Amino acid sequence: MLPRLRGARVTDLIGLTLLGLLLIWLAVNFVKGPAAFIDISLIGLTNGTIYGVVALGYTLVYGILQLINFAHGDVFALSGLVASTVIVSVLGLDEGSSALVIIGGLAVTLVVIMVGFSLFNASIERVAYRPLRNAPRLAPLITAVGMSFVVENISLALYGVNYRTVPNLISHSDVIHIGGITYSWSKASVLIIVIPLLVVLSWFVRSTKQGKAMRAVAQDTEASAMMGIDVDHTIAVTFLIAGALAGAAGIVYLMQFNMRFDTGFELGLIAFTAAVLGGIGNLSGAVLGALCIGFIQAFNEGLGWFAPGSDWTRSMVFGILILVLVFRPEGILGEQTPEGA
Amino acid sequence: MTGLRHRAWSAAGNRNTVAVVVLLVLALIYPTIVGSLQLVPVIGDFVPKTDSMVVMVVFTTMAIGLNMVVGYAGLLDLGYVAFYAVGAYTAGWFASQQFSQVSIDFGAAGIPDGLPGIHISMWLVLPVAGALTMLAGTAIGIPTLRLRGDYLAIVTLGFGEIVPQVVRNADNVYGFDLTHGTFGITPIDSLGFGAVGAALGLPESFRQSSDRAQWYFWFAVVILLITVFCSVRLRDSRLGRAWIAIREDETAAAAMGVPLMRTKTWAYAIGAFFGGVAGAFYASFKGGAFPADFYFNISVFLLCMVILGGVGSVWGVILGGMLLSYLNVEGLANIGSTIQATGLAFDPTKYQFGIYGSIIVLMMLFRPAGLIPERRHRVEMEEGVHDTPFYDVQREGTLTDRDGSDD
Repeated sequence: MLPRLRGARVTDLIGLTLLGLLLIWLAVNFVKGPAAFIDISLIGLTNGTIYGVVALGYTLVYGILQLINFAHGDVFALSGLVASTVIVSVLGLDEGSSALVIIGGLAVTLVVIMVGFSLFNASIERVAYRPLRNAPRLAPLITAVGMSFVVENISLALYGVNYRTVPNLISHSDVIHIGGITYSWSKASVLIIVIPLLVVLSWFVRSTKQGKAMRAVAQDTEASAMMGIDVDHTIAVTFLIAGALAGAAGIVYLMQFNMRFDTGFELGLIAFTAAVLGGIGNLSGAVLGALCIGFIQAFNEGLGWFAPGSDWTRSMVFGILILVLVFRPEGILGEQTPEGA
Repeated sequence: MTGLRHRAWSAAGNRNTVAVVVLLVLALIYPTIVGSLQLVPVIGDFVPKTDSMVVMVVFTTMAIGLNMVVGYAGLLDLGYVAFYAVGAYTAGWFASQQFSQVSIDFGAAGIPDGLPGIHISMWLVLPVAGALTMLAGTAIGIPTLRLRGDYLAIVTLGFGEIVPQVVRNADNVYGFDLTHGTFGITPIDSLGFGAVGAALGLPESFRQSSDRAQWYFWFAVVILLITVFCSVRLRDSRLGRAWIAIREDETAAAAMGVPLMRTKTWAYAIGAFFGGVAGAFYASFKGGAFPADFYFNISVFLLCMVILGGVGSVWGVILGGMLLSYLNVEGLANIGSTIQATGLAFDPTKYQFGIYGSIIVLMMLFRPAGLIPERRHRVEMEEGVHDTPFYDVQREGTLTDRDGSDD
């Protein structure tokens, strides 16, 4: 290990320099226009929260199976599209509905979609990943790439190439309005839906027996099997939870943006980057990383001083991913592991 | 034991030589007989045009290149399309009117005197494109190849996404038009025999000759042949054996003195070389390099060829490559029109990537070693390798037992 230490110091230095430049860039932009800066930060917070919910799905599965579940993003997109059908065609919600009907309708949609897609995600695991438990590591990864295309094409077959959208169910009136800074109810609704979910997830993983089993399997599959934990069952539960999160994210995303069959590909990559940035396998890390990505994306697209703009968002996100993997493969909150490098 | 194996090898070698000669003769006469083949009832509709054959052979060449990375060295590269892009844009830079500030002509075929832009002979541009792509591959490889397999996959995917975005946006790099943005670089010069060839009665430039597709097809086959030759020779070389050792067990390979980083980087760089050459050739055939050609889908498409044919198996990848690129270029459209003729409104081209995705999933589940499996790789798939996660311990049996293995 010793000879690597010096090399590690040099890369650390380069990494810290890049981080410093980033901070300087942010500071200069803040000074140039504080109100716009905060406005943009709020956009970043909203987007970052959505990314976080998707990123949790990646990180949960990775933590347990060491598998990048490429299909996760596409499950998210399909869930959003199905949610648009439930909201518009089945429940018939629109802008004119009364507040109580809208809240009730959204709650029903949330439950239906989360249950439906947790089952969908678990069946993907059952059909495509479980038979490959003992295959070489790349086999399930390649299968996941294939599965991602299959799910994307299910969306394509069901919903065609057009973007789907829902009416503005939640008003765009402001929660706060100070100076030039505004924060609308529609943005706040993201936090209102997501935060309770995160609390429940955190309680589940920390305090229930099943959550304990999940943590044990993630730490050492072999040993936990010897201790009598049903590994297959635990993995299935993980996929159920990941599917439910994808469903929730799909609805929240749909309330903010429009979606189509390939939305999941790009968003999935962003979310995965977020999971890696935070430290893959680490739940708080996924949310933290997603917030970082959300802020960076919003700053890149919104700020005036030396911001490359939305043409470069994808390159920025992947640039960050590559830099993180090169300089700090264990992520922000991850532990230093020999496998990380 | 050694003698037996030797005899088995030379028998296989003879079979291979016969197969290669038969295929080459077929390739030589294909442009002539394709017209009459298409007149055959029922199957005639499904015979690919010579034009399509060019595309199929080029993509198969790329698949062979990708196979060196994925199949031999076991490095999952999800961004191979980036190498294709680098090759195509190198052709665009050195053999088109893109840089009209200068006027350089170096042996280019069928170019009028004084045409602005750099016009190097396409024959030279092909290896140059390969070399530049190799450099790009090395540059990508050095920081990323120390990562574990699945991280490597995602980083290569990242590069595969960055490269098209860069070429799309680099039409105004401080006022300098490097890639001509979304319009792409066009026209890219044609291959050709030049003035010397014209004196011998050969076409000066393929594009201007009446047998454009035929000439491109033959040279695509030549490039494929060279690629296959290099691929096979490399596989059996010291380097190739090191790749396979890394694929089978990285730790053991390192312990036996295989330098991991250097060996992996070579796999990456050499795989990139052939992707670049094929990309430049294809750009010359199409007459342009367009950013819309370089999507993640293409990387997966190439990966699908390798998996369908058989990871690591050269014959398998050729079969998989020809089959899938046939489906991509013509096959699905032909099948679609046959389906639609029966009155069903189903268009398989719309779902082509769903179809490729299903192929990947089904192959991994039911025949993970591919249509024509490589012997050693099949053993790995069936018996598991050292890095197998030992999840099934709660079922009876030892740690490495795999359901259905009968040893």
